[in-house]
Amino acid sequence: MSHGPPAQRANLPDHLPAEPEGMRNALHAGWTSLREALQAEWTKLRTLPGTPWLLAAIIALTVAVSTAAAAAVTCPSGGCSVDPAKLSLTGIELGQAVVAILAVLAIGSEYSTGMIRTTITAIPRRTTVLAAKAAIVTGLVLAAGTIAVLASLLAGWLILSGHGFTPAHGYPPLSLGAGPVLRAAAGSVLYLALMALLSLGIATIIRDSGAAIGTVLGLLYLSPIIAAVVNNPHWHNSIERYAPMNAGLTIQATTGLRGLPISPWAGLGVLAAWAAAALLAGGLLLRLRDT
Amino acid sequence: MTTPTITPYRPGQQAVRDGFAQLLWAEWTKFRTVRGWVIGMVVAALATVLLGLLIARGGSVTCQNGPTSPVLSGAACLPHVPLGPDGQAVTDQFYFVRRPLAVDGSVTVRVTSLTGLHANGNVRAGQAGQGLTKGVEPWSKAGIIIKASTRPGSAYAAMMVTGSHGVRMQYDYTHDTAGLPGAVSPASPRWLRLTRSGDTIIGYDSADGTHWTKVGAARLASLPATVQAGLFATSPGHTTVVSQSLGGGTNSGGPTLATAVFDHAMLSGPSPGGAWTGDPVGGNATGGAASSGLQGFHQVGGRFTVTGSGDIAPLVLAAGGAFPISTIEQGLVGAFAGLIAVIVVAVMFITAEYRRGMIRTTLAASPRRGRVLAAKAIVAGAVTFVAGLAAAIVMVPLGNRLANANGSYVLPVTSLTELRVIAGTAALLAVAAVLALAIGTALRRSAGAVTAVIVVIVLPYILGTAAVLPVGAENWLLRVTPAAAFAIQQSMPQYPQVTAGYPPTAGYFPLAPWAGFAVLCGYAALALGLALYLLRRRDA
Repeated sequence: MSHGPPAQRANLPDHLPAEPEGMRNALHAGWTSLREALQAEWTKLRTLPGTPWLLAAIIALTVAVSTAAAAAVTCPSGGCSVDPAKLSLTGIELGQAVVAILAVLAIGSEYSTGMIRTTITAIPRRTTVLAAKAAIVTGLVLAAGTIAVLASLLAGWLILSGHGFTPAHGYPPLSLGAGPVLRAAAGSVLYLALMALLSLGIATIIRDSGAAIGTVLGLLYLSPIIAAVVNNPHWHNSIERYAPMNAGLTIQATTGLRGLPISPWAGLGVLAAWAAAALLAGGLLLRLRDT
Repeated sequence: MTTPTITPYRPGQQAVRDGFAQLLWAEWTKFRTVRGWVIGMVVAALATVLLGLLIARGGSVTCQNGPTSPVLSGAACLPHVPLGPDGQAVTDQFYFVRRPLAVDGSVTVRVTSLTGLHANGNVRAGQAGQGLTKGVEPWSKAGIIIKASTRPGSAYAAMMVTGSHGVRMQYDYTHDTAGLPGAVSPASPRWLRLTRSGDTIIGYDSADGTHWTKVGAARLASLPATVQAGLFATSPGHTTVVSQSLGGGTNSGGPTLATAVFDHAMLSGPSPGGAWTGDPVGGNATGGAASSGLQGFHQVGGRFTVTGSGDIAPLVLAAGGAFPISTIEQGLVGAFAGLIAVIVVAVMFITAEYRRGMIRTTLAASPRRGRVLAAKAIVAGAVTFVAGLAAAIVMVPLGNRLANANGSYVLPVTSLTELRVIAGTAALLAVAAVLALAIGTALRRSAGAVTAVIVVIVLPYILGTAAVLPVGAENWLLRVTPAAAFAIQQSMPQYPQVTAGYPPTAGYFPLAPWAGFAVLCGYAALALGLALYLLRRRDA
């Protein structure tokens, strides 16, 4: 963790370009607008040494796994039951873990260094702090996620057309002009953003980075493993419909939509509900508890 | 330090004398006095058991013996699966044309043809002639057999011709030896012979009936004095293995029939009975004998035509079986939840020292950093092993009982295999904890280290078993990543003589149990080496 400087920055208004006088008054009054909280959170997250690395890792790992998955699959002349858009976006399954680190650290690192006490002294409206963190993290993830998704689709387009995914086999080239592919692409970016919000909420509840990331990854990765072994079709269906990763990733489906356990947008909605619930619980606990 | 007259108190020397045990004790004290870590370990064990129970409770099977009989559920649906001589579950269905054979003797026959029929789609072969296609299954079998009795599951040894695997000698369900290659036809017949002397049965084959080659010898313990010997034919369900599609798998398409033509049948030795009698063995044992109406034999002079359906083979976990089958390791799926908890605790065991600055005290007290790391690894590994062992010991028998109560047949295994699955699961968790500790030491941050370890162990498993990649890619993932270690939980081997996909999705790993486990150990050793290098090189 960076030692000291963030605390000074948050308290030294002369580093801030906008209205130093007003800022000081606001701090003294114990009230800060969301805009200033945003600026403070942006400064903190921007100056953490890990942030640029994590953003780069989101992009690099997502694209690497997507490319590897696309390279591993070939469609023989007899046709195949592969969803090329979903296959090209396989890397999201790894990228989301890095997104979770970024989001968990946004609040977890403050708890591990005790910085949270300074932050909340500076901005006593705690929900404002959380909202500002959520906004900054979401913005960063949307930016990194967009690059990652577009690069993955580009790689998929380049690789899959040489692997038998040709119009002759019933596969039009991957193009964002096609409605379902656009939905898969935009939805995957939103998926990453919602995953960040879910992680931020869980980290706010748990207040420890390590335990929080364990909980987030358990919530994500256990559900497909459990769904694979559950015999009861009713339970299996429930996991496919309501587990955050299973439901959220249905947004990537572009073929066989009728066979999906939940429709793509509804699936993303389930993840949004998880994220909202986690943030709400986190915000409530942040208000109620001592830091 | 320059005064030779006074010997100062030197903790370094002390530590050497007191040795490693004291360091271990110090690390154990640290571990047990942090409430969160102890709770984490308890959570790991409880999560393994509770998640397993939740899943085992999930699915109760319902079944119906006929269109008008009442619907049954749970344990009432459990099929009566014959058990082979070694206690394994087997399929033992074939048409048997036999005569008793007292004490020693031999049986010889010439096979001139093997043909087959299989039912397409949903058409049952029993509905005589309708929807049947010609074609012999690769593992359709016909030949001679010496069997302890006609009870399904009893010991046997057989020489047979097969659809496309040449002549084979098989005995006691799991043993399979290749003989003459090539398919059988009237132009190229196959001569088969089995001789019994005491417990030993020797199989021979020949292309001309004069030059015989020994294929193999079987020692069948507990073979009675009078055995059943004769001709048989059988054919397993039509199965195609799909390797191109994602996740691979097995397509099962209805029962099949095999018809073989024999002549020159000769039984030498004291035989109490005179005439050949024919009857199906294991008629309704697994519900797959819909084609039994077409089984049978007829004899014209010295020429026998035998038609049978079924298989003489170990029972495997294949898609589309007649009844739900599970394995003992399926009760241990909760170990994934335990694994995540263990990783979090093991990472924190070192990162908390960095966060609180405790590492400086630790290294001041024990300047030999490698020993500190070793002590921590041993404590983390041992505590995890105990927690994992406790969970697995409870969960495996409990999971079996619940699966049976739900009507899911659990394939029986030897107690040695069961022990390997239980202890292997605990060892897997322990080595994962050591890996997590090493990564935590290298990265010094809990969030990154926890994520890295979970991702390298759990994500390849998910991608390797979730049918999103082709089987080839799945197998590579489960060979080269730490997820290979889950092979140690695989209780059922693959049998080349039973056609099935054996995909990772069904729990068949590309590496042998201990080889897979060794992959994880290798990663843990590498990570420990890296951690040691960084720990020595960096300031604390």
